[in-house]
Amino acid sequence: MMRVYSNKTNVQKKPYYSDRFWVAPQVPRFVVENDAVFAADVAHLKEKFDIKEAYIEKDQLVIYIDPSDNVEVLQTLRDELAYNFLSEHSAIDWLAKRGEFEIFYQMLSTSKKKRMRVKCFIKEKEVLKSVTSIYKSADWAEREMYDMFGVIISGHHYMKRLLMPDDWYDHPLRKTYPLQGDEAAQWYEIDKIFGKEYRDIIGPEERDGARIDAEDTYRFARIHHEVSFGAKPSSEPTVTDYQEEGGVFIVKKLKKEDAKILKERP
Amino acid sequence: MAQHKINYLQEAGLPVALTTVDKLVQWGRSNSLWPLTYGLACCAIEMMATGASRYDFDRFGTIFRASPRQADVIVIAGTLTKKHSPFMRRLYDQMTEPKWVISMGSCANTGGMFNTYATVQGADRIVPVDIYLPGCAPRPETLQYALMLLQKKIRTESASKKLQPKRLV
Repeated sequence: MMRVYSNKTNVQKKPYYSDRFWVAPQVPRFVVENDAVFAADVAHLKEKFDIKEAYIEKDQLVIYIDPSDNVEVLQTLRDELAYNFLSEHSAIDWLAKRGEFEIFYQMLSTSKKKRMRVKCFIKEKEVLKSVTSIYKSADWAEREMYDMFGVIISGHHYMKRLLMPDDWYDHPLRKTYPLQGDEAAQWYEIDKIFGKEYRDIIGPEERDGARIDAEDTYRFARIHHEVSFGAKPSSEPTVTDYQEEGGVFIVKKLKKEDAKILKERP
Repeated sequence: MAQHKINYLQEAGLPVALTTVDKLVQWGRSNSLWPLTYGLACCAIEMMATGASRYDFDRFGTIFRASPRQADVIVIAGTLTKKHSPFMRRLYDQMTEPKWVISMGSCANTGGMFNTYATVQGADRIVPVDIYLPGCAPRPETLQYALMLLQKKIRTESASKKLQPKRLV
């Protein structure tokens, strides 16, 4: 398949992401009623809980619940509907769009060979109950969620950052977090090792990958025409001997002209 | 009447070798460079390959040591994250003088492709680096060559180098 032709005039001047706000096409969703696999599950859950929305996407059931029900819903799914494995659990940052986090629990039933996703929305400062009492796999997932998004979890036995250092400021996977780090992140190692007063001595990070320094002509000489630091480029080929003049004490210097080159392997 | 007449002035005639203290010390230092067993990412695999039999670091007198107290050189082999940077600096501080640093690969040199919040943008922000090795990852030959260059550098240094006050970087 050939790529669609696009006009390349002045392409360097255009911003890199011309379709930055492109919205991915939606995966088709199907109704759950009359579904052979999931209809019974949803009916069972609806008896006890408030199911806000339910549909089937890519042969997997997706339900939206009230965030305060999360422990009870997962308990029911494990004990009564045989979803015995919580394979993934994290958050999606919708803070800019709707002021909420979307929390998802990806469930797998190994005995009945089916998967489903439990979802709910919570506000930024809202506290979510821990599900580690039901699924041990939620332990690190919840810690990572707190680390990366700042979702507050109650009832977790060891709520500590998982990936970032303990004294890290802010939560890096939020959409508002800059990729190259905020001020605390950019000076993190300097502040921690040397102290804040050494920022001036060490200087800011060089983040521009396309930076070109005119001095580099002298610092990085042509291969086989290397010159010493700061010297002008030279057309004279450099000697590739690694052993310096005068040689090393006791060690005999290898002379290339004395070396015997074999025509074939003996 | 001497039966044998030894010409002491000829080569190897006298069982004594004359040299300078500097040269002797440099010779000893440059030919027993012990690096620290310290790998951070995929470059460490190349470092291990350099230590293994095909490239054989041992013939340069380079034997990996598991303690910074016994090490002369630290090879920063891989991506140095900000979380890890205090530990790296501590290992460097624990090494005894004289000590050298090889920054191996793009990540340790400049942060490489990890232009992100979590990566140190060049190990030389933390420790003074003697040799920067380009490559992603550098082949074992490159690390060998870097070691040979470091030996060359050590031979040009003064043996009785004054211990400098703890430099910042």
